[in-house]
Amino acid sequence: MVNRIVVGAHYGLRDWLAQRITGVIMAVYSVIMAVVLLSGQPISHAVWSELFAQGWMRVATLLFAASLAWHAWVGVRDILMDYVKPTGPRLSLQVLVLLVIAGYLGWTIQILWR
Amino acid sequence: MLRCRRHPGKLKKTKRMAGSTTNEQRPKYLSLQAILFEIRLPLAGWVSILHRVSGILLFVSGIWLLFLLDRSLSSAAGFTSIQHYLSFSLVKLSLLVLVWAYCHHLCAGIRFVLLDLHKGVDKASARRSSIAVLIVSLALTAFFGARLW
Repeated sequence: MVNRIVVGAHYGLRDWLAQRITGVIMAVYSVIMAVVLLSGQPISHAVWSELFAQGWMRVATLLFAASLAWHAWVGVRDILMDYVKPTGPRLSLQVLVLLVIAGYLGWTIQILWR
Repeated sequence: MLRCRRHPGKLKKTKRMAGSTTNEQRPKYLSLQAILFEIRLPLAGWVSILHRVSGILLFVSGIWLLFLLDRSLSSAAGFTSIQHYLSFSLVKLSLLVLVWAYCHHLCAGIRFVLLDLHKGVDKASARRSSIAVLIVSLALTAFFGARLW
């Protein structure tokens, strides 16, 4: 029988694949943002708030944030699995990381739809 | 320290490589001293560990970046206050470090996805792409840094 531990990996390809797909989504968003910001006018408050007032920008940024949340979860979990061996501290840190990610995501939504 | 999940064979190989250049005793263990002074990571190893370091840095800095976004979008006064805040050298320098972290993480990430697709896996091109990642991310950082200043 395979020795499975509760704070181990999920023994599958899903997270590995998700990390790559979300990475590609964020890379595309980054390039688009760089082009938009560098080709436009100098960034004033008017330009900045107008950009984030647009529907596509809000949705794209939310998509970015959701991708980031999943991506960061897999990445940080991998690091915890490499460096924190005892189950208790590892699980505690994993829960902490999930809470931080949920907080980041909630805050992002709040900023975007104020 | 070394990425074992991505390159299961790397740890062993690196140790062997380090041993062949210095005439040291076998077996060799991964002590802190060995990690810091004796094992010389190949360039791909540097790209890999810096990918990890930059990722953690960005994750931890998320709260600060969200604070900047929140204030800058809150009102005209908020935007001005962030502009003023970003004029401090230490703040600019911190942001520049994060800009590097983002650029490195992005460039190295593209490289890893290409490696996953079996592109550039032979030794020579893997080395070339490692150098490219390090240089391009520094160049991008310099470019964005120049615009920031």
